[in-house]
Amino acid sequence: MEKFQTLHTTGRPLPLENIDTDQIIPARFLKATTREGFGENLFCDWRYNADGSPKPDFVLNDPRYAGSVLVAGKNFGCGSSREHAAWALYDAGFRTVISSYFADIFRGNALNTGLLPLQVSDEVLARLLAAIEANPTLELVVDLPSQTLAVPAWGETFSFAIDGYKKECLINGYDDIDFLVNQKSAIEAFEKQRAWTW
Amino acid sequence: MSRTLFDKIWDAHVVRSIEGLDVVYIDRHLIHEVTSPQAFDELAARNLPLFRPSQILATADHNVPTLHQDQPIREPLSRLQVEKLTENCQKHGIELYGLGHERQGIVHVIGPELGLTQPGLTMVCGDSHTSTHGAFGAVAFGIGTSQVAQVMASQCLLLSRPKRMRISVEGELRPGVTAKDLILYIIAQLGTGGATGHFVEYAGSAVRALSMEGRMTICNMSIEMGARGGLIAPDATTFAYVEGRPFAPKGEAWNDAVAYWQSLYSDDDATFETEYTYQAADITPMITYGTNPGMGIALTGHVPSEVPAAEAESFDKSLKYMGFERGESLLGKQIDYVFIGSCTNSRIEDLRAVAAYVAGKQKAEHVAAFIVPGSKQVEQQAIAEGIDKIFTAAGFELREPGCSACLAMNEDKIPAGKYCVATSNRNFEGRQGPGSRTLLASPLVAAITAVQGRIVDITQYLN
Repeated sequence: MEKFQTLHTTGRPLPLENIDTDQIIPARFLKATTREGFGENLFCDWRYNADGSPKPDFVLNDPRYAGSVLVAGKNFGCGSSREHAAWALYDAGFRTVISSYFADIFRGNALNTGLLPLQVSDEVLARLLAAIEANPTLELVVDLPSQTLAVPAWGETFSFAIDGYKKECLINGYDDIDFLVNQKSAIEAFEKQRAWTW
Repeated sequence: MSRTLFDKIWDAHVVRSIEGLDVVYIDRHLIHEVTSPQAFDELAARNLPLFRPSQILATADHNVPTLHQDQPIREPLSRLQVEKLTENCQKHGIELYGLGHERQGIVHVIGPELGLTQPGLTMVCGDSHTSTHGAFGAVAFGIGTSQVAQVMASQCLLLSRPKRMRISVEGELRPGVTAKDLILYIIAQLGTGGATGHFVEYAGSAVRALSMEGRMTICNMSIEMGARGGLIAPDATTFAYVEGRPFAPKGEAWNDAVAYWQSLYSDDDATFETEYTYQAADITPMITYGTNPGMGIALTGHVPSEVPAAEAESFDKSLKYMGFERGESLLGKQIDYVFIGSCTNSRIEDLRAVAAYVAGKQKAEHVAAFIVPGSKQVEQQAIAEGIDKIFTAAGFELREPGCSACLAMNEDKIPAGKYCVATSNRNFEGRQGPGSRTLLASPLVAAITAVQGRIVDITQYLN
């Protein structure tokens, strides 16, 4: 996993609530057996017409927006457990998704992919969406070590929460497998004493 | 100290705790072809062995065709994914109930059917509907592919303990109201994110009165309101279902198991972060009108005419996609397809409910109605009971098991613009195929819709 420290970028607005993982990456693209290449089908049915031509009014096709932060409506990533949704966002160049609420499995998948799910309040989200729509070049600074999102044009900085362990993993590019494999002797001891063996 | 059912099971599986996170031991790991190949690759890339292959069970379900399963899969990418699963299982000594196996089926249907799903266990699968297994009083939840690899490598996951929610439904369900209506009603009340961060225990007399199959339908859809999982305390109904199944404990072990399972309930004074109570008598047959499972109404109700300003853009986008208007009734709407299947409602009880209604009737001519059993066992049982003949005589097509048109990864798709009443769990845009329009409902509502060819108040049509 790539290390994540600080991001100076702009946002791409997608002001819809309850964006489900079937929209982020439709099921028909889950037939791949590798992790790469999902980016071109990110939001496929919102992004392209049936003949494959891009829909000009969809934000990913709008040349004014180019940042690596997706700013989306409340309850982002609900639905399927497919990690492919996080892979697709990452593959398409996103490193952070800002929303006021994330579905649990998506949040975990994003963190395991190196994609930061950054939760802000409903009010901050509404302000960000309006400001980015009005000014696609609005600079955002995501700083993981200090757990802050800064909007320099506003002179404001917002804190966000992240689990301490997951923060360390993202900053250092570590994942849970190494940690869990190192617990082997504790796990084996647990197996010997567990009450149910049926 | 008093504890909830969830906490009793979770606590029993904590290997150790570190900085607010728990290393949680996983008893059973179910895998399928879609979310496992990259996990196997991850282990290979790190040169790690599978830690406990005997605790993994594999099946092929999402991609498999539902016709001519005796022949090779025609779609090359689907075939490759299923072949990859077979190769990986052979290489690592994992038991595979793949195509052609007499026990093949949807992962969440075969787990319980085999007796692999038992009270008190922790179970995971790279599929959000793993919550289904909670019906047995197991802590079961869906995981992403990175976590599939973690469980393969260590039989554990590093997790923070979710919050606890209890949803009680009291009283008796009305005639024609089923477990599916009950859960669609709850999700309509709470919304798709209403239980995010929580593990839900379902309780109350209406839940206790449900069969195991009804309980599985309820727990299956827990994820649709954002819950990590749902569970129901095991009882005599649970024990009777598990007893005698291939992986169930036998003899002395069975008695020990039941004695342990009987300790699995929330203590009287256990506290939940959130509690809701509903009255069964308030629930009527349900249907969804929008593009998420929280957008449900009584069959005889109306699409909401007012929504909060912040939700308006998403709401109107959804109605536009579905071709519905604010405030309108769905009664009388013509339907093109009826799909009875998916891990929510493809068990024998669902097929019996459909057969009991359609026996001696005919589906409407313009409706394509297909039934996809959840497993080979369900299919065989339907044939043994003669239900297949009832379906055929009524113009319904009984296919072979798989996830099918629930998520359209195989050839079963609903064409753009067409309306489908489905017993599955998701009505997201394009879920059943690009441009498809899904209305979620119970098997009984689906059966009556197929015969009438349009949305009707089913209470006027019950046998």
